[in-house]
Amino acid sequence: MKIRSNDYFKLKILLLVLLALALFVASFIIGRYAITMKTVIDIILAQFFDIPQYWDATLNTVILQVRLPRIMLAMMVGGALSVAGASYQTLFKNPMVSPDILGVSAGAGFGAALAMINNSTWWEIQTVAFIFGIIAVAAAYLIAHMFGDHTITVLILAGIVVSSLFQALISIVKTLADTENELPSITFWLMGSLGKGTMNDVYMMVPTLIISLGMIYFFRNQINTLAVGEDEAITMGVNVPLVKLVVIVSSTLMTVAAVSICGIIGWVGLIVPHLARMITGANYSKIVITSFLIGGAFLLIIDDIIRGVEGVELPLGVLTALVGTPVFVFLLSRVKKGWT
Amino acid sequence: MLTVEELSFYYDPDRMILKDISFSLETKDILCLLGPNGTGKTTLLRCLLALNKMKSGRLEIDGCDLTKANIKKRAEMMAYVPQATVMAFSYEAREIVMMGRVTHLASGGSASREDRKQVDEAMEKLGIRHMSRALFNEMSGGERQMILIARALVQQAKILVMDEPTANLDYSNQVKMLQVIKDLAEQGYSILMTSHFPDHAFLACNRAVLMRDGYIMSQGLPEDIVNTENLTKLYGTPVCVTEAKLDYQDRTIKVCVPVMN
Repeated sequence: MKIRSNDYFKLKILLLVLLALALFVASFIIGRYAITMKTVIDIILAQFFDIPQYWDATLNTVILQVRLPRIMLAMMVGGALSVAGASYQTLFKNPMVSPDILGVSAGAGFGAALAMINNSTWWEIQTVAFIFGIIAVAAAYLIAHMFGDHTITVLILAGIVVSSLFQALISIVKTLADTENELPSITFWLMGSLGKGTMNDVYMMVPTLIISLGMIYFFRNQINTLAVGEDEAITMGVNVPLVKLVVIVSSTLMTVAAVSICGIIGWVGLIVPHLARMITGANYSKIVITSFLIGGAFLLIIDDIIRGVEGVELPLGVLTALVGTPVFVFLLSRVKKGWT
Repeated sequence: MLTVEELSFYYDPDRMILKDISFSLETKDILCLLGPNGTGKTTLLRCLLALNKMKSGRLEIDGCDLTKANIKKRAEMMAYVPQATVMAFSYEAREIVMMGRVTHLASGGSASREDRKQVDEAMEKLGIRHMSRALFNEMSGGERQMILIARALVQQAKILVMDEPTANLDYSNQVKMLQVIKDLAEQGYSILMTSHFPDHAFLACNRAVLMRDGYIMSQGLPEDIVNTENLTKLYGTPVCVTEAKLDYQDRTIKVCVPVMN
């Protein structure tokens, strides 16, 4: 019998959780310091249990303060971008929409760059990025409504316009930045990296994710109905303006939180939802879970590659594009029928 | 019972889209809304469904003022069957039907066994249970239309508003659709449908409303008002309503034929 993508949902989720856990543990042994798996597990267990320390003390720092936050951030950022992408795709009934296409990344990037040349603190960068992320999405949305009622093409064009605008503004900020410190840091930041991630970023990301994912999960059935169109959702009794607000606020919150921690990372939010649909079907209430797990695992693998390559730290956003484009071509060949 | 009284709608006060629309829909009624393209039929449906906000008039279901009811309450009283289109993503038919249960689900909760049972029963009732796992986008127009009716049924509203349920269907599917509509009315649903086939008023409906340029030209029993004179005036082109004797039965039916010079 043919196994349909909708079958065995719980089993598939269990397998994906196990895969993510395995990747999580395995990722600790990648990096400049060679550490055995047993040592990694003992170091982590030593935080909770009384285990005699037989390893070098620097390994504690390497595992708990360098690799642990980086691995956690990779999973959370990957998951967040993927859920944001899946939500936007369902809301706008369009498989080509991603958080970046609506301009949220460019907007947040501009906000962060602006904050950077003003010697802002991490919190200020985060706040300014968030505000500009919202402004970018709102602008794209308003432009689309001004010129094309509800048509998706106009919305995508509006997103491209807003993205370009904020890219231009980023260039202006770069021109104004001093070339010794500010410009390089903006440039590297925009290419994406998890290299500077600390436990503080984890503490910031966790509540953001819990709030955003909580809101999205709570409204998952309502968001799902948006796939047939806003008007039909209204006639089914869905409070569409509220649900739209939930999607936009949550997705933007997750995306700007991710962007302000590790810069602009493309492709993840676009392709992971499609992988998720291939595995567990189109239903939004399912892909919201599947996307998070696959997205987390996907970005973790990519960051592992970056950490595994010796001598140079490749930018994260560049590698997601390098890996993402062939995956996307593969998807195109697989789901011809699903997209019209 | 749905009562519409003096409903008006416009985008620009100098150009009225709907003028003083009044009609009522009783239990088990099948009301066919006829009229040329661009006459405001769809706008009227959109006003009833709260997709467009009517400018004046009254809208009541069993004495409950719909203009004051919230979206959820309205969805529990009135369900919409749109024209079937293709979706952006490949949903299974039963997932589309399940969407109709959305307001009945507990806040933040998932579909229960009871919800799934209702979905199965609605599809069984329409004879499409065997397609529940088929992909919506790969179904024929007639099949998709049935799925959307099933979705409206699980919404558990007693009034069904259908936008051209027979559009783009071949004869066999048109008849099947009209039969389903008649069966639903028998079961206690009230149906308001638009159509571009005046014949369908004779085949399935017990009430007809002729709409032209945003006002109601005539309403009543199909036998009384769907005639040569009214249809010619309604569509602005000669239409002949005549009787046809069926070859193999001792029975005549009324048919509408557009006439070309």
